[in-house]
Amino acid sequence: MWSLFHKFGSPPWLYRLSGSILRWLLPITVIALVVGAVWGVLFTPPDFRQGNSYRIIYIHVPAAVVALAGYYVMAIAGAVSLIWRMKMADVAMRACAPIGAALTFVALVTGSIWGKPTWGTWWVWDARITSMLILFFLYLGVIALYEAYENKELAAKACAVLSLVGTVNIPIIYKSVDWWYSLHQPASIKFTGDTTIDPSMLYPLLFMIISFYALFTCALLLNMRAEILQREQRTAWVRRLAGSGERD
Amino acid sequence: MHPVRKQRLYLVLFLVFFSTAAVGLVAYALRGNINLFYPPVEVAEGLAPVGQTIRVGGMVVDGSVQRSSDSLEVRFEVTDYEAVVPVVYTGILPDLFGEGQGAVASGKLDENGVLQAAEVLAKHDENYMPPEVAEALEASKARMAGQAAKQEYAQ
Repeated sequence: MWSLFHKFGSPPWLYRLSGSILRWLLPITVIALVVGAVWGVLFTPPDFRQGNSYRIIYIHVPAAVVALAGYYVMAIAGAVSLIWRMKMADVAMRACAPIGAALTFVALVTGSIWGKPTWGTWWVWDARITSMLILFFLYLGVIALYEAYENKELAAKACAVLSLVGTVNIPIIYKSVDWWYSLHQPASIKFTGDTTIDPSMLYPLLFMIISFYALFTCALLLNMRAEILQREQRTAWVRRLAGSGERD
Repeated sequence: MHPVRKQRLYLVLFLVFFSTAAVGLVAYALRGNINLFYPPVEVAEGLAPVGQTIRVGGMVVDGSVQRSSDSLEVRFEVTDYEAVVPVVYTGILPDLFGEGQGAVASGKLDENGVLQAAEVLAKHDENYMPPEVAEALEASKARMAGQAAKQEYAQ
């Protein structure tokens, strides 16, 4: 168990592992995203009230779900970096931030596009939407803070603290629609109780959520590999890699 | 675990716990302000300010929507099943606005307790289903109601 944990701290080992994972995960993810999007847009029935406009749910909900989960990945990587001073945890934390920011942005934009035909407005300052905007700024804050330091160890420490403090926002986003009166509707997929979305619409949605998790994993590994190469550019193994033209 | 790492672990837990507690207390203190709208019962109790722009949200009462024949003026009532707030609005309503559906109106309460709305938003719920399923549900609901009425009649 501990030896595996220590292996994750080794840049060449992690680089090779991520290469062999990406070789099959990346094509599967691309296919799954295409299949899920086509399934959701063309092969689901329209909603009884919203008609066809609800179909944006197949982008909006997966992006939002993975944006929230990605924050926990970033915060846990931050905690590992603080406690064990593991450089690869810094790399993982830094790699999460732009992906999370992009997913949050997608969730906000698709929500806005969905809001106009259904609610009648592009934007409203309700608890769900505002806390999601805060999540976006937290992700951007981690990126900015990391870039503000010359010393990358100090940068990682500061970012880890920021991302750990920011975790408080995640349950607030999740429960905001239950705790306060908001325009945003409550969750349709529930951990406890009945799901209030018809199975014919639910299955493509779950499929898309899983595909977005895979997309997050791919983007995270790709980002980490780029960062590892940059950090280790002076080491023998990277020179050998660059010289031989080997791709893994 | 190495004592230094254990100490750092406690630091991390401390950080997460106390930032959560701090934000939790702030959210608790501001809980009224975080709500997007007042439910009609709070308007009826006089908790909503008169003459200031507020939002009132609830269900549009069945049969309450009256459209003016020569302008875009609409009158309707919103309810939380405890109190009712009448709303007057001039403008185009969102497509999903309808009787028995959720709506959030923003505007000023006048002296008569009527909300002079400047904006009306439709609020939809978390139920998604195909139209056929919705029709089948409606039909079975109507059947149940019919049976209940029949039983009442028989008694």
